Amino acid sequence: MFLKEYFLDIYKATKSLLTGMKLTGYYFTHHKEILTEEYPENRKNLQLAERFRGEVIMPHDANNEHTCTGCSSCEIACPNGSIKIISKFDITPEGKKKKAIDQHIYHLELCTMCGLCVEACPTDAIKMANTFEHSVFNRNHLIKRLNKPGSKIREGIEE
Amino acid sequence: MFSLEGITNFIHEWLNSHLSAIFALLAEFVLVGVAAIGLFAFLGLVLVWMERKVAAVMQLRLGPNRLGPKGIFQTSADTLKLIMKEALTPDNADKLLFNLAPFVVIIVAMLILAPISFAKNFQIWDINIGVLYVTAISSLSVIGVLMAGWSSGNKYSLLGAMRSGAQIVSYELSAGLSILTIIVLTGSLKISDIVASQENGWWIFKGHIPAIIAFVIFIIASTAETNRAPFDLAEAESELTAGFHTEYGGMKFALFFLAEYINIFIVCAIGATLFLGGWMPFHIGHWVAFNHIMDYIPSSFWFFGKTGFLIFLIMWFRWTFPRLRIDQLLNLEWKYLLPISMFNLLLMSVMAIMGWYF
Repeated sequence: MFLKEYFLDIYKATKSLLTGMKLTGYYFTHHKEILTEEYPENRKNLQLAERFRGEVIMPHDANNEHTCTGCSSCEIACPNGSIKIISKFDITPEGKKKKAIDQHIYHLELCTMCGLCVEACPTDAIKMANTFEHSVFNRNHLIKRLNKPGSKIREGIEE
Repeated sequence: MFSLEGITNFIHEWLNSHLSAIFALLAEFVLVGVAAIGLFAFLGLVLVWMERKVAAVMQLRLGPNRLGPKGIFQTSADTLKLIMKEALTPDNADKLLFNLAPFVVIIVAMLILAPISFAKNFQIWDINIGVLYVTAISSLSVIGVLMAGWSSGNKYSLLGAMRSGAQIVSYELSAGLSILTIIVLTGSLKISDIVASQENGWWIFKGHIPAIIAFVIFIIASTAETNRAPFDLAEAESELTAGFHTEYGGMKFALFFLAEYINIFIVCAIGATLFLGGWMPFHIGHWVAFNHIMDYIPSSFWFFGKTGFLIFLIMWFRWTFPRLRIDQLLNLEWKYLLPISMFNLLLMSVMAIMGWYF
């Protein structure tokens, strides 16, 4: 009886070891499975995942309009203070004062790409971009203004 | 046709025609030493690169790929870095033993090279107890490892060295028994006789199932003897940092590293000689034409091809199997490999007496 178990042990062990070797052997002979990307060489056709978080951007449409209301939700959500909202007051045609965005300052050098600002935004005005080549010689270049000069909020966002 | 035998004969004749017999012999000693060191350096560079490439592809990576085509010069650059590093000796180390240990390990590796037959009539020393010599010398390398672990004055090193000692002492048994299984068939310990006995077929084919079992056991035991994964408890980088060579740096570390790869090469060469016919081309019984075609491939190619295949097999093991625990390691040896190889030896002896092999 114990002999049967003894040989069964050997059989099972050999089988499981061979299963492992079969997989690594497959990987060894099939180089198309290799996952490594050779980055500087494949820069032209680099495929990044949709959810890759490279930097925060504010998309503008063709009329140079964005959807940011200047509500400061992103500034509050940011854990390390890399967003600064400078707001201004527009005068509506009815003569009322209305809060609007003047400058959306984004400190890339402080950002940890956590994405909390994008989640906090009620109007989906900002999102994470795929770009990741951020190195510059002067760190002042990392302080970015996200809303383009002369841009304004799109009609019908705030209601 | 390319043959190493022709080169050695030419050198021998040239030296003897220009020098007296004693000086010619001395010059040959020097040449053999230089050739051995050259082979060591070459093996160290190529095998480390090969290991990294094999590991990378099996783990779906690319491995070294920047320095030279396919990263072939990466290991040369690493060696250069190691040469330039400071060779530090810790304060509470035993200075003499600490500095001696890497040399003991590498000299042992160099000694085992002597009886290995690299090609037809290309052998440093065709001693009549060749295989016995190899098994005897290879057990000396544990002394270097114990020396290194003890003298470092570091508990991780000592643990690693002790594990390595237990491992090598136990696995030597089954390695020896599986070697004996083939010796039973050849009836000679001389390497050249063992190779010559495989002229009409390699032992792994001629010896039926017992030879295959012996081959598997030999590969397992020699993987354990060279302290490689899945038996790398002596190093166990995740538990013992690096085991016996934790305190070593620079060129002294490089010697340990080199000795590991030399030892792999040597055990694979022994395995290829005993089971796969050494430099003997692939022959099938009485197929004269087929055997003749096979003879056109130089014998050194056959030897290095077989050894390279076995080295690849051992690398394949390393990057597939998980590391064993110390109790599992000793269980495997004393409960499985040793009884099986003893029974196997008995079976092979019966076969040899009855002549039940080709």
